[in-house]
Amino acid sequence: MTPSAVTEAAVPRLGVGVRLHHDAVRDTWGLLAPERLFKLDAQATEIMKLVDGQRSVAGIVDSLVVRYHAPRDVIARDVCAMLQGLADKNVVHA
Amino acid sequence: MTPKDAAIGPPMSVMFELTHRCPLQCPYCSNPLELERASAELETHTLVRVLDECASFGVLQVHFSGGEPLSRSDLPEIVAHAHGRGLYTNIDTSGVMLDDTALAALQQAGIDHLQISFQDVDEAGCNRVANFPNAFQLKLAAARRVSAAGLPLTLNFVVYHDNIARVPQMIELGLELGAQRIEIANVQYYGWGLINRSRLLPTREELQHATATVEAARVRLKGRLRIDYVVPDYYAQRPKACMGGWAQRLINISPSGKALPCHAAETLPGFTFWNVRDHSLEDIWYHSEAFLRFRGTAWMPEPCRSCERREIDWGGCRCQAFALTGDAARTDPACVLAPDHAVMQAAVAEMDGTQPFVYRGFHNVEKVLKLKNLPTV
Ligand code: SF4
Ligand code: SF4
Repeated sequence: MTPSAVTEAAVPRLGVGVRLHHDAVRDTWGLLAPERLFKLDAQATEIMKLVDGQRSVAGIVDSLVVRYHAPRDVIARDVCAMLQGLADKNVVHA
Repeated sequence: MTPKDAAIGPPMSVMFELTHRCPLQCPYCSNPLELERASAELETHTLVRVLDECASFGVLQVHFSGGEPLSRSDLPEIVAHAHGRGLYTNIDTSGVMLDDTALAALQQAGIDHLQISFQDVDEAGCNRVANFPNAFQLKLAAARRVSAAGLPLTLNFVVYHDNIARVPQMIELGLELGAQRIEIANVQYYGWGLINRSRLLPTREELQHATATVEAARVRLKGRLRIDYVVPDYYAQRPKACMGGWAQRLINISPSGKALPCHAAETLPGFTFWNVRDHSLEDIWYHSEAFLRFRGTAWMPEPCRSCERREIDWGGCRCQAFALTGDAARTDPACVLAPDHAVMQAAVAEMDGTQPFVYRGFHNVEKVLKLKNLPTV
């Protein structure tokens, strides 16, 4: 059961105990997890807001393409890389 | 340092040691020798007010530990308040009091994460070190309950001479019980742990073996089980960045409300620790002398002052420097560059796994204070 690489077909969801959080004092977004905090930059925040356990990676990419008018393959690569990084850390399951 | 110094933001987490009461008596307990009595503990309404301060100050995570935090009957109420203020809530428990009713109440209160400590994976060893019959079975049942409830679970295995060879079984138990995360944490030698140091220290070979086991398991279980590993300082080349640096990230609140830069800081002489009954968290963080004294690098002696690692490990642990050299402002002896580094080898030379344990508990406070030549309470 080793985690497979994040593909467009995957449906990512937050790991157990992980929560997307807006830090009102610092006006930043982050992920809160057992004994850990992850600060999210603007791009990562937009991606994580779309991770709901229902939408596939392809669906996330599509909605970002519409919003940012960027080439689809560039966005897809960034989204997969970011989610893979979080999956390796057990913060996201995909 | 000026108040609101741009270099230092609010702390990320606050640790509430809610009580020093605990049904167990682990000889490695990092609580201070002078345990605080129930009558001195903060009342619910004060804790609620401090949790409000946490939220408005910018704290993100709160930890409820002890002693055994479940010894306080208002724990669900406290958790519910923290949760309602958007704080991420963690409980560090021994597990022996976490029955169905207790867990249901915490889940309803919105607990985010539970951490259950294990003295050993060997049942007899666990019960002997906790000095509590049936502790192991109660912990197993508690861990299963947490997993079944769908809550995130960490198992915290404390390791020392007697059980360090069983690290592989600890990792297996973590998988079996459905934990997301385990900690393999060597005893840190403060408080009661320091009293029992020669009894508990592992050998260098034992430690190296455990480290290799953990490193291999981390690769094997990547993405499946997270393993945090804490080494003892006694075989280290460099100290740990204790607490990420003095007063950089965390406030620890003792049962009676003393605000400390770390849980062991109460042992340091010559400090007045402000109490959350009298001061706001923000006031304590930016203005109390105890928090300012070792924050940053200005206080450092050589060799730290001109060392390139000074903002990486912050000169190590102040409490360890005091415990081992009698002066909190010296370089942590765990560092090979420290003038006092020889005390680490001296401690290792005193290792003796045949000694009896000095169990942690109110009944032994007088005895250990005498042993340490401290005034008794
Ligand atoms: S270390 Fe043991 S004695 Fe100390 S608080 Fe934890 S369970 Fe209780
Ligand atoms: S000399 Fe000080 S700052 Fe440098 S590594 Fe040792 S403890 Fe750290």
